[in-house]
This record gives sequence, C-alpha cells and structure tokens, in this order.
Amino acid sequence: MISATDVSKRYGAVQALQEVSLDLHPGEVVALVGDNGAGKSTLVKVISGVITPDSGGVAIDGERARIGNPHDAQRLGISTVYQDLALCENLDVVANLYLGAERRRWSLLSHIRMERSARDLLASLDVRIRDIRVPVAMLSGGQRQSVAIARALIGEPRLVILDEPTAALGVEQTAQVLDLIRRLRERGLAVLLISHNLADVRAVSDRVVVLRLGRNAGEFRTADATQESIVAAITGAAA
Amino acid sequence: MNASTLTRKPYTPKEAVDRLRHGDLGAWPVVGGLIAIAVVFGSLNEHFLSPENLTNLALQMAATGTISLGIIMVLLLGEIDLSAGSVSGLCAVVMAILSVRHGWNPVLAIVVALAAGALIGLLHGIMFTRLRMPSFVVTLAGLIGWQGLLLYLLGEGGIVNLPFDGFVAKLSDTWLPPWLAWVIIVLLVAVSGGSSLLTRRLRLAAELPVPPAWWTATKIGGLAVVLVAVLLVMSADRGVPLLLVIFGTLVVAFDLVLRHTVFGRWMYAVGGNVEAARRAGIGVTRIRVLAFVLSSTLAAFGGILSASRLSAVNQGSGGSDILLMAIAAAVIGGTSLFGGRGRTYAALLGILVIQSITNGMFLLSVDSSVRYMVTAAVLALAVAIDSLARRGSAT
Repeated sequence: MISATDVSKRYGAVQALQEVSLDLHPGEVVALVGDNGAGKSTLVKVISGVITPDSGGVAIDGERARIGNPHDAQRLGISTVYQDLALCENLDVVANLYLGAERRRWSLLSHIRMERSARDLLASLDVRIRDIRVPVAMLSGGQRQSVAIARALIGEPRLVILDEPTAALGVEQTAQVLDLIRRLRERGLAVLLISHNLADVRAVSDRVVVLRLGRNAGEFRTADATQESIVAAITGAAA
Repeated sequence: MNASTLTRKPYTPKEAVDRLRHGDLGAWPVVGGLIAIAVVFGSLNEHFLSPENLTNLALQMAATGTISLGIIMVLLLGEIDLSAGSVSGLCAVVMAILSVRHGWNPVLAIVVALAAGALIGLLHGIMFTRLRMPSFVVTLAGLIGWQGLLLYLLGEGGIVNLPFDGFVAKLSDTWLPPWLAWVIIVLLVAVSGGSSLLTRRLRLAAELPVPPAWWTATKIGGLAVVLVAVLLVMSADRGVPLLLVIFGTLVVAFDLVLRHTVFGRWMYAVGGNVEAARRAGIGVTRIRVLAFVLSSTLAAFGGILSASRLSAVNQGSGGSDILLMAIAAAVIGGTSLFGGRGRTYAALLGILVIQSITNGMFLLSVDSSVRYMVTAAVLALAVAIDSLARRGSAT
C-alpha cells in the first residue's frame, strides 16, 4: 500500500495543500477529483517526486519513503503519465516505450528483445496498433495515450498515476483508455486517476477522493456514491 | 502463428498516401532529383556523364560532404552550426602549419587538428548548454572568430603549400587498385546481406514480423548493382578514389551509430522532444555537447580533405560558400531543420545534388550567378518539402 499522510505545501501566500491524506491499494483505481486549484496537481507532484512537501510525506507499506526527485519515485515503483504524454513523436512505439531505459548489450540497442517485449506488453494490455514501427506522430490520440500508459509499466511499477488521460480524446478512444485502466487494475496495480470528467471517474474508479481548497473534502466508494454527492463535495455545497 | 501473419503486410494505397503526407518520403525526392539532374545535364553536355567527370564529382564532394555530415549531427537536435566552414579552414591551417612549418609527422598533425576541432566543438557545446546561448549565436560568433584566428595563424604569407608527394596531398590522389575495390564491394554486399538474413532469422525466431523475402532480396540486389555500377564507371577512368572511400565509410559508420546505439537513439529523442527526453532520464546536456563536438570534428576533417585536394591552405580555406553548401546539402538530402528526422545518407545524397549542379553548370560554362540561383531554388524546394512534412505530422 502506498499512502500520503498529512501532506502540506505552501507556495508563498497560497496554501496549496493542508494536511491531505490519501491511501492507494493494489488492484484499486482511485479517482482524485476537485475543482481547479483544489490541489490535485500539487498532491500528484508530491507523490511523484517533482516537489517536496513542507510537512507530511509518502509511506510505502507503512515505511516512510524518501522521495527527493522523480527518479526516487520511479525506483520506488511510482510511475506517472503526464497529461502531455512526453512522447517523442519522431520515434516509433518501441523506441518510446523504452526511452531512457533501452535494453542494450554494451551500448548496442537490442532491437529484437525490445520489440518482442513491447509487443507482448501491448498485447497483454489489448492495445491495438497496426504497425508499431511507425513514428508515434502517425498514431491516433487514443493510441498515443495507450503508448504512454504502457510505457509507465516498463519499470514494473506498483502505482501508476494518470493525469487527465481522457481530456483530449473522443468517445471511442476514451472507452479504449478506460478499458486500459481496468486492465491495469486487473494486473494488481494501484492506479491514481486525476480527472475532471465525472462520467469517466464513475465508469472506472473504485473509490473517489475529493479535494477542495487544498484539503480532503470527502471520500466515496464509487459504487455507493451519487453524482450529486460527489459534485457537492467538489463545490462545497451542503450535501 | 503461421508464416503469413509474420510477414509485414504492404500498405494499402490510403496508408501509403498517409505516410507520404506525414513526411515519410525517405530519400525518394532526392533520388528523383538526381535522376533529373543526370538527364538534363547529360543531354546538354556529353562530358557530364563521362567517367572522368563523375570521378571528379566524387573528389569534389568528399570534403564538403564530410562537413555536411557534421552539420547533420546538430540538425538532428534541431540546432544549427554556422561555424563549420570556419572551423574546417582553421583546423586545416593548424594541420598545415604543424606539418609544413614545424615539420611534424603529417598523421600527428592531422590528429592534433582533429583534436582542435573537437575542443572548439566542446566550447560551442558548453556555451550552448551552460550559458544557454542560442546555437545560432554561439556558432555565428564561431563563424567570425575562428575565421579571425585562421587569418592570425596564417599571418603575413597567407598561404601554406603542402608538398605534392606528402601524406596529406596523397590522400586525394590515391586510387584503389581494381582488385581491392572488388574485394571491398563483395565484402560490403556480403556483410549487409548476411546481417539482413541474420536479423530475419532472429526476428522469425522471436515471432516478430519480417518484411517479405523479395523486398530484402531487392534491397541487397539494388545495393550490389549500385556499387558495381560506381566501380565500373570509376574503373573506366582512374579507379575508385580513396577520398570517396573515406567519405563513404564515415557516412555508413555514423548511420550505424545513430541507428543501433543508445547514443544514436538519444540523439533522435532529444531532437524529437527535449522535455520527454529529459523526463526519461536522458542526459540532454551531454548529448548536446557531444553533437557539437562531432560537428566541429567532422568539419575539421572535411577541412583537411579540402586542403589535401588543393595541396594548400590559404586565407580562403573554409570560407566562401562551403558552409552554406554543407548546410544546404544536409537539408536537400532530407535532414529536417526542425530536428529529430534525417539520416547520414542525407549528406551523401545532398552533396551529390549540389555538386552535380555546380559541376554541370561549370561544364556548360554558365555564370556563377545562375549557379547560385539554381542552387537556391533547389534548397528552397527541399526546405518547403521539410516544412510541409512537419505540418503534416503536426496534424
């Protein structure tokens, strides 16, 4: 289990986070929702090592983890898919999946080994790309999102953080990506999903954590929660 | 899985058009251009396609082609090196002064000149990465400054002649004996064919798709035909020049490095998306510095080859239009100015186009004013194709 406890972060006069806590269990999709400025991004940045909190921190299996930078987070099994995907559009799917973590013998790329495991990985996630040797620039938005998510799995993480994975996608591609998120859960990964889209959140998550003005503002089991109660928690209206 | 699912299917016409729109034209526009040039100049002047002239063409393009190869290294990162011409001249002068005025061993002088080129590149790279100066400005300063240093080193005389029978001059006046040329061609075809077959085997063993067998066979056959044709043409004159072999070796070696090493992969990654590369843990700074070092070192080597052909260095070494031709060649050959796209063969094909135009116009005794305008038109066309391809991939 990965948990953030009592995380606070202040930017100048703005208290971005105040004693926020979040538990992430294996095989569970947690949706992190909240209005703009609620502190979602800041919390994600703390967990993925981009910023260090003023107080509080992240614990893995009950042990306090030292996360000073994104590399530490990756080493501890925390993998993040950013909204901009961070793909090299001029490189093919295989090259993007292994970017920075190329399989190699001495300095020579092991093309065949990488392509074999890339195909296996994509097949296990049921991601369909006709030719994985073409530049990523030629793929659809949904396929790119799938590639970015698949890349997050290369380092065998325990937690995958997805930042607005469906924001730029059409209906069908959104459905594909949501399926992909369900498959991550089936693999026993903890998934933290940041989204503005409550329909997506209700479709795919097990639990919804609401932030409001930098504080925990409610937590729901998705199956039991109504859309109204989640919206009320987000906006701060009396439920 | 049966064999048919393992063969990569050919593209449907719609997908083919899509690939073209996305800038996956490969080398075809350049090859088409070369054929057009051959037809036009060949019909206007019977000497253009003569073995003697084609051999001269090969000699003329090696030096600028090598500089162009260096330019490709920085273009792949989406940067530019305007200093390559000056650096080539300066390093050639360093080599000439050490070997002629100080009587050093020529090989040692060449090594020192190359090291000087590498140091200059290191300086450019550090100014670009540490001081965050735009590469355009860093190398523009280099263009002027290294030219100044060249003039300072040459001093009063302004010219250093290299002995005609010396090692350096001999570089561009050495011709492979026919048997050696044949052996090299057989080896090249055998190695490339062997590695294709081996890759095919390994991919099939790993249950990965392979291109159809006839395609692999055609590629190897095509390579053999082109190499033999070049050899036959050159044998009809003085033989295969060593200069061409050196240039060809550099092109092939750098292509292999770029496509099959981690360093090469990271070059393309930094050129494609710096931020993504950085987040993936790639040492962007190191890659950038290395690209500038490679560019200046190759420029130095190009300068030495150029000095070898002239048997002299003078105040004009590395000056005039060498830099522009080298950049134009890289772009005409298909290297994207926007970074991340292009192969080293662009240097070979691009310089072939430019040098053919130059050479053909000289044969027709066309004024250099026309020559410049035609070269400019070709360059503009190449950049237009590059820009359109980029727009295609952005949508």
